Amino acid sequence: MKILVCISHVPDTTAKIIFTPDNKEFVSQGVTFIINPYDEIALARAIELTDGGKGTVTAINIGDISTEPTIRKALAIGATDAIRVNAAPRDGYFVAAQIAQIAKQNNYDIILCGRESSDHNGASVPSMIAEMLGVPAISSAKKLDVEGTNANLEREIEGGKEMVSTSFPFVAGASEGMAEPKIPNMRGIMSARTKPLTVVEPVDAPELSKIVSYDKPVSRSSVKMIAQEDAGKLWDMIREEKKII
Amino acid sequence: MSVLVYVENVEGRFKKSTFELVSYGFAVAQKLGSSLTALSIGEVGSDELQKLSLYGASKILQAKNEKLKTVNVQPYASVIADAAKAEGAKLVVMSASFSGKGIAARVAVKLNAGLGENVVDLPDTSNGFVVKKGAYSGKAFAMVQITSDVKVISVVSNSYKVIENKVDGSVQPFEPQLNDNDFRLTVKETIRASDKISLPDAELVVSAGRGMKGPENWGMIEELANVLGAATACSKPVSDAGWRPHSEHVGQTGIAISPNLYVAIGISGAIQHLAGVSSSKVIVVVNKDVEAPFFKAADYGIVGDAFEVVPVLIEAAKKFRAGQN
Repeated sequence: MKILVCISHVPDTTAKIIFTPDNKEFVSQGVTFIINPYDEIALARAIELTDGGKGTVTAINIGDISTEPTIRKALAIGATDAIRVNAAPRDGYFVAAQIAQIAKQNNYDIILCGRESSDHNGASVPSMIAEMLGVPAISSAKKLDVEGTNANLEREIEGGKEMVSTSFPFVAGASEGMAEPKIPNMRGIMSARTKPLTVVEPVDAPELSKIVSYDKPVSRSSVKMIAQEDAGKLWDMIREEKKII
Repeated sequence: MSVLVYVENVEGRFKKSTFELVSYGFAVAQKLGSSLTALSIGEVGSDELQKLSLYGASKILQAKNEKLKTVNVQPYASVIADAAKAEGAKLVVMSASFSGKGIAARVAVKLNAGLGENVVDLPDTSNGFVVKKGAYSGKAFAMVQITSDVKVISVVSNSYKVIENKVDGSVQPFEPQLNDNDFRLTVKETIRASDKISLPDAELVVSAGRGMKGPENWGMIEELANVLGAATACSKPVSDAGWRPHSEHVGQTGIAISPNLYVAIGISGAIQHLAGVSSSKVIVVVNKDVEAPFFKAADYGIVGDAFEVVPVLIEAAKKFRAGQN
């Protein structure tokens, strides 16, 4: 079984998000970067599925050289080898086009991504890769089990869940529940240094969209504190002042 | 040229979020000086389809086929892309639901279209076509210019109002061209908690955290939600501990929601949690710790023990709702 796991290099979940004064760029100075939390789930499940010599896990990232520590961490957690496509990840389409290109050359059985990245939240890359390859995608998959060359998955839908099955090859976006993220051990960290990390140049992809600026949510004016003995007045207060209930 | 909106149905019915989406599509079509076509896939009665014209759909396409009875992302995307081509649509709009996001991504690739996901407002068409979308897990918004000729966007529910705009709308069949390769995925079972309000669509949400001390104490949270007509949600530590299902976890690594009212009980308000709920219109925080960071992000705060405050809120909500009827 050959599994490709797509890794995004994202700001730590506790990082403060700050932009340049013209609001055009994210300020990455002083920010710790991590493996996207959903990608960690995907990676952990891939390692479980191939455990005991049942297959290989290749980690792939689209990024410049600054993302290599993040890729090395994926190797330390247990990926067999890794590929870095040497380019800034312009938009979801660009990223998907790079991954689809690598996938066409290598015949992976399963391509696992996180459900979405915590920086752009588009949740579009898994389905875009699948569309480019002409294979099924299961976005927001909470369970993934493999039997031979078939897979059973559980995916989230509004107000419920759905059990689906498909055969290799396919793409899935991992969500909470698929696996517990793994922490690298000392042996993993040592061996990650010598595991193969191949750098390839990107293929062309059309520019279909671009971020022109960022904005921060409006902060709330100020909190209105209600004494505990007045808690019963809350709903009337909200109706009068906010007219939403 | 037209705007095409793909309308989801749940067991043959349209939800309020669908009418929101059609209202949104109509507003964009007006901005672009074009008309709005709605496309429904699956089994929906003609009376239900006709309702779409109340919100501005002047043409309503219905794609029906035995194999399209349940939502299946791959063939649905093919049908939508075919309809967009047949209509000469320059903009395709759909819901940023779990399946909608997957469908939007596939349709965008099929049409060589730029994609704007999780859009929260009408596009700015004063200089090109710029959409506002959520970014950094609720901590920011990104303005994305879509530069391609054909564009696809997915819109977050509760970000636009249902607005009546009655037009003459005719329901017409749309003959889907099915492709075997689109049916490699089989849906074996769909489980929907029909008695519960779906969290991503909910207008009112009651959420609780570790302050509830254990899963056995959730009865009062469910009762409050029930009385208000709200969905229930929880914080990450609660779903990690298995007190509540992962599907209820809101926050940076859970689902992001934007209800009209978010009531947080016994949740301290870690930055990751705030990220997922900060676009709620009104936030109420109940916490016994006056220093809880969530109070800084709230509109209303009550300092008190959840086990004392929540029963009072339930009784007051009963009277409040009774007074409305």
